[in-house]
Amino acid sequence: MADYTLKIRRYDPESGEPAYWADYQAELPPERSVLDAILQVKDREDASIGIRCSCRAAICGSCGVRINGRSALACNTPIGQASEQGRDGAVTIEPMGNMPVIKDLITDMEAVHWKKVRRVVPWLLPDEEAPEGQEYIVPAEAMLDVTQAMACIHCGACVSACLSMEVDPDFVGPAALAKAYRFVGDPRDGEHESRLRDLAEDEHGIYNCTHCFACVEVCPKDVAPMDQIMRLRRRATGDFEIKDANNGYGHEKAFMNIIEKWGTLHEAQLLPRSFGDGSLVKGQLRPSGAKQLTESLPTVVSGLKSGKVSPKKALVHPKLPDQKQVRRIVKEIESKDERLELNLYIVGELAGEDEVGAFAEEAGEP
Amino acid sequence: MPEHDVLVIGAGLAGQRAALAAADAGASVGIISKVHPVRSHSNAAQGGINAALDPQDSWESHAFDTVKGSDYLGDQDAIEIMCREAPEELLTLEHLGVTFHRNEEGRLGKRAFGGASAARTYYVADITGQAILHVLYEQLMKYEGVSRYEEWFTTSLVQDDDGRIGGAITRNIRDGSMELFAAKAVILASGGNGQIYDPTTNALICTGDGIAMAYRIGAPLMDMEMIQYHPTTLAGLGLLITEGARGEGAHLYNAEGERFMEKYAPNKMELASRDVVSRAEQTEINEGRGYPDGTVALDITVVPRKRIHEALREIVNVGRDFAGVDITREPIHIKPGNHYVMGGVKTDIHGRTPIPGLYAAGEVACVSVHGGNRLGANSLLDTLVFGRRSGAHAAAAVKGLPVAEPSRAQLQDEERMIDDIVRRDGSGRRVSEIKAELGQTMDKYVAVFRDEAGLHNALEIVRRLKDEAENVAIDDKGSVFNQDVLGALELQFMIDNAECIVVSALERRESRGAQYRTDYPKRNDDEWLKHINVAPNGDEPDISYSEVTMTQWEPQERTY
Repeated sequence: MADYTLKIRRYDPESGEPAYWADYQAELPPERSVLDAILQVKDREDASIGIRCSCRAAICGSCGVRINGRSALACNTPIGQASEQGRDGAVTIEPMGNMPVIKDLITDMEAVHWKKVRRVVPWLLPDEEAPEGQEYIVPAEAMLDVTQAMACIHCGACVSACLSMEVDPDFVGPAALAKAYRFVGDPRDGEHESRLRDLAEDEHGIYNCTHCFACVEVCPKDVAPMDQIMRLRRRATGDFEIKDANNGYGHEKAFMNIIEKWGTLHEAQLLPRSFGDGSLVKGQLRPSGAKQLTESLPTVVSGLKSGKVSPKKALVHPKLPDQKQVRRIVKEIESKDERLELNLYIVGELAGEDEVGAFAEEAGEP
Repeated sequence: MPEHDVLVIGAGLAGQRAALAAADAGASVGIISKVHPVRSHSNAAQGGINAALDPQDSWESHAFDTVKGSDYLGDQDAIEIMCREAPEELLTLEHLGVTFHRNEEGRLGKRAFGGASAARTYYVADITGQAILHVLYEQLMKYEGVSRYEEWFTTSLVQDDDGRIGGAITRNIRDGSMELFAAKAVILASGGNGQIYDPTTNALICTGDGIAMAYRIGAPLMDMEMIQYHPTTLAGLGLLITEGARGEGAHLYNAEGERFMEKYAPNKMELASRDVVSRAEQTEINEGRGYPDGTVALDITVVPRKRIHEALREIVNVGRDFAGVDITREPIHIKPGNHYVMGGVKTDIHGRTPIPGLYAAGEVACVSVHGGNRLGANSLLDTLVFGRRSGAHAAAAVKGLPVAEPSRAQLQDEERMIDDIVRRDGSGRRVSEIKAELGQTMDKYVAVFRDEAGLHNALEIVRRLKDEAENVAIDDKGSVFNQDVLGALELQFMIDNAECIVVSALERRESRGAQYRTDYPKRNDDEWLKHINVAPNGDEPDISYSEVTMTQWEPQERTY
């Protein structure tokens, strides 16, 4: 048993008062959860503290909150650990971010999260009648692969932590896009291309993610939403050559071409090549490219000022000494018929090397 | 006043399946849930769903296993229907998009489960319930004919002057407003009552609301004494470790390192039915061969690690997060814990209760397909088959009926009742105190082993708590998300459930399925091969009996 101080963000919409912090004491063993601590305070001291909770086992997704600023489920965050990480041992608990607060720790998930989920047409759209009297025959690996996205419990932790959504509230966001992959990765769905096109052509769609990994870090179910977004992108470009509203397609091509040529990033060429689907010439000749380049001038100027690029660096970029090896790797990868998507979710981080090898073999790696 | 042909209360698997079936049959449907549908406790069904889909298997074999598992208290007509319709229901789910595990040929793969003579459990890793729940919710979002009322709390059912169901009174949790819903039929799908026990595997929302609401308007409850203790729950917290672990080959050991199931079920070992395994564990613990924390050990390390990550991933997390144990490397301590109520609102094979227009499906109901003991992976099946049947039947039955016009008087009564609770002074006991005493009482006296003295004790305590619950103290005086006042209402539902369980357990003077009376240790078919029903008479439950329906399986001695 140990004593813990909880600093809970309280908000009563009926009081007319702004939100405020209130301190409470809880006494429980360090391995018990932050939720247990909150429930103890509710039980003993103040039952008016609002928090959604149900299963206590990280499967219902109700108790998403921010603990010491980090989005998490209260039920699978040990109170002892939270206290060690809190300032002066106090555990701060506040509602999730990126969503309006209804009361205390309760946010309006309907207004943000569920609306975004509905945005991705979240039901299976098979392109033919279901087989009569039997199941669809699909590869075992495909079902395991989408099970990672199915493992999402819609707790909202990733939505709360998403930095892109903070900048662009219309961003479809990590949870809804992971849900989209659940269909794009499902061989039974018949609308892969139109789903991808829809989400690529939406400027708030798959190319609006900035790879910050916040969603991957906070997800309590290892769904790794950003990985699912990257899969959506790879399918959009690799399988369907979809060009998107945010020029993500061109940006990716530019990256690959630069790496193939020099082995390291040639920053000065990244922008012009991005606007030309990877080609420097196209990027400068295309009317749209020229326009976007002009619009990027402030970025270029600040790059010059900070020394990130210089006229010399812009013109001359050294190749890696063993650039041939880099080209060989690129060639090797591009010669594959199918992309290898190694799913660590199923293999498990703790799995021995031999087991990882076994899975890679199944997935077609020689 | 929202009006629907069919109003479904509860949005777990049974409720969502009922809503979809009723909408498919052309009814206008409303579905109400006190939590967002994906928070429902169906999530917690980890292991899978049974169906004799394999041509080598047969529905008769599935049905016999279920009858035997029920200790012959299950109604065989209902069991036949459930097992016959299982393969088609499974395929429907697959076609809707559930990501079931596949074998090497890309066809549905299956695992072994307790009490079954063949491997017939289909699954999605160990998140089967969650996967099905989420896929049904996908469909619910797609269906325009279904209105969703998410985070609405139902306080009571409404009948017209002739006793026909007319709707329900609800509270919008978001703003505290009360609403009368009119409906030509109401389907209760509000789940079980595990929260009356402490510990329990059940979520905090499982407070037996529907069972109590039906009981209060005179719908009989059946088999309420049959409370399942799951063999593998974490000590203290009560969290569930799926039976899938044993299905994948995990062993049970006592503190002396003995694989004790050899003594109790030499053929099926760890995969005997749940009542048998739980009793075996409790016997080992009671006779001093358990660990000091009152547990025995579940050893999952015998399952290959890759298979654990693929098929038992959730319990890797549960072990790590809630017990600090890496189940791929060391055994985990477990004990029997409250898990499921086989009993519930008595229904026929269409989900109909004796109250005209009132249906029930899933854990809230008692058809009875589980009798004295439910087999693992039959609960998902029960919710889906009887959810669908209720939805379809209700939609057909109300066709052509005039719009229900329930009286608003009851709404005003309920508003006043809730206002009174909120305005109360703080002199009563706290909800949490009464709930804790209830939970400990039930877990002490109405658990794996029971006897008359203990049950009498329990009844006395429950009746005292019933009085105390009428005057609990309330901290929250607001309207928005007043969880405190809802907790007070749930507490009263829970106590009604508990009273019916204890009264039924006292009545059944024999041992059958989950009911083991140390003072009547034998099954007694001559006197007790019958259902116990309870219905309210004034302030206390009245007992009556009903026949067990037999079709083709005569009672035999039950060994595993």
